[in-house]
Amino acid sequence: MKTRRLFDSVTERLIEWVIWLCGVSAIVFVFAIFFFVFREGWGYLFSGLNLREFLFSVEWYPTSVSHKRYGVLALLAGTTAVTVTAMTIAVPFGLGAAIFISEFCGPKVREAIKIVIELLAAIPSVVWGFIGLMVMHPLIVRVFHAPIGLTVLNGGIILALMSVPIIVSIGEDSLRAVPDSYREAASALGATRWQLIYRVLLPAARNGLLAAVLLGVGRAVGETMAVLMATGHTLQIPKGLLDSARTLTATIAAELGEAPVGSEHYQVLFIIGILLFIITFLVNLAADFVVKGIRR
Amino acid sequence: MSGRSVNFKPWLCCAVVALAASCSRTPEGSAGSSATKPTIQNAGSDTMVNLAQAWAEEYATVDPSVSVEVSGGGSGTGIAALINGTVDIANCSRKMEPEEIEKAKTTSGREPEEHVVGYDALAVYVHKDNPLDTISLEQLADIYGEGAATTSWSQLGVKNAGCPSDEIIRVSRQSNSGTYHYFREAILGSKRDFKLGSRDLHGSKDVVELVGTTPCALGYSGMGYATPAVRTLSVAPKTGAPAFPPTIENTLNKSYPISRPLYMYTAGAPSAHAKKYLDWIYGDTAQKIVETTGYVPLPKKPAPGTSP
Repeated sequence: MKTRRLFDSVTERLIEWVIWLCGVSAIVFVFAIFFFVFREGWGYLFSGLNLREFLFSVEWYPTSVSHKRYGVLALLAGTTAVTVTAMTIAVPFGLGAAIFISEFCGPKVREAIKIVIELLAAIPSVVWGFIGLMVMHPLIVRVFHAPIGLTVLNGGIILALMSVPIIVSIGEDSLRAVPDSYREAASALGATRWQLIYRVLLPAARNGLLAAVLLGVGRAVGETMAVLMATGHTLQIPKGLLDSARTLTATIAAELGEAPVGSEHYQVLFIIGILLFIITFLVNLAADFVVKGIRR
Repeated sequence: MSGRSVNFKPWLCCAVVALAASCSRTPEGSAGSSATKPTIQNAGSDTMVNLAQAWAEEYATVDPSVSVEVSGGGSGTGIAALINGTVDIANCSRKMEPEEIEKAKTTSGREPEEHVVGYDALAVYVHKDNPLDTISLEQLADIYGEGAATTSWSQLGVKNAGCPSDEIIRVSRQSNSGTYHYFREAILGSKRDFKLGSRDLHGSKDVVELVGTTPCALGYSGMGYATPAVRTLSVAPKTGAPAFPPTIENTLNKSYPISRPLYMYTAGAPSAHAKKYLDWIYGDTAQKIVETTGYVPLPKKPAPGTSP
């Protein structure tokens, strides 16, 4: 009996410890990743990099012989343009689909739609890029008579298709998490279905829905391969949906492989990584504040 | 319980970080493993590094008793390493300069030996429906260069019916590809930069594919990549001078202006292993690899060994 109790207490502690380790590992990994990205870039970040030129110049000439310039303004503009375009398409479609699946359709249709949407999420990003390059590019040229189809619009549509599944599944989960008593109470008070959704469900599920949208934004900002192939990879500030652009992530993907380790160019690419870190951090932080603001 | 976890945290974080830090940078050129095998050290031109790598991999199956170690770093780096005696073969996408040869002679007492192992020729591509036939290097510079003024097809004197906007869509390469560097050097000289706003694609084949689906596009890529969807332009060294189409003959007789030989240099006569490797490079298998990696192989005749 006594050994049994000892055994129990040991396994109990062991399991507690393992679970604690699992929980902490996420934090450790995030900090470790941040540490390494920062370490590769910091030498040049604090000595040599002209921060004003870095943030406010469009001139990105990392391999110029006569005058190397590292300005990421065009890349920032590209990332912003593509992400905003993608979200303009993905948020209404994603949330609409989530509402439809959770509130309007029967169980059979729901299962069918959910399976198809999960399938959409399983398509690798290279395949999306390929669709952008081979299908969307000629289509945009034909429909809009644009000189080239590798544009912000192309990248935006591809990214929207990639982030819709995330928005739908998380949005649907959070709508379904709203207790049925809310729905019943609203119906009992004579609310129409629209009123029920607009006045009761959306406010009740707003945290989950916001999380869904932000994960979609995260996906759009962080996506690399598809935008590299679909946006045309062009260093310019896009002036419209039919202009080509280049994103921060695509630049790292395209150039890091061949930049000599430890060179200025290599370090600047890591500084772009830090910049991406800061952007996603700010997006998450803003979301936290928004959620807290709504709660109050 | 929470008190205990706090005790764990610091050492755990430190341990993970320290562990990862200790294994992230391994010293370059691990000598231990290859000490038993004779190695051919091969370094230099970034343009040639893929080709040299492909050769080295193939050669490992031909002669497993020798290992070929390839690194890039640039033509100048390769030559410097050859002068210092740290490499057996230096890859170079330009001719060795007289002072480099002088330096090599004084340091090692041996005159560097030059071996032409292939050619690099870039074709200028347009969509198959584009009526343009010829272009000069000056015109290309005025399209691709920083501050260039030519932005429309009508400025080149053609009416590109497939392209209603008349805009020249410049297709280029990502800024650290050898093709990008060579094209910049051939068109703009060593100092001038490209104009921003070109579509910078990630592969030689991608450039040709995009040009093939875009009537407004103008692009450059290795001449081996042509497809039925594109046309290659004849290039003139000067406006008004005769233009030459990118063919293997025009590359070999140097009349096509955007081409250059690819060299391998050895310090004096190559060592036995290096000699065998170079002879293999002149052979059919290796020259086939030249073609598949996008360069122009040597003319088909018995291996000339070295040039004067």
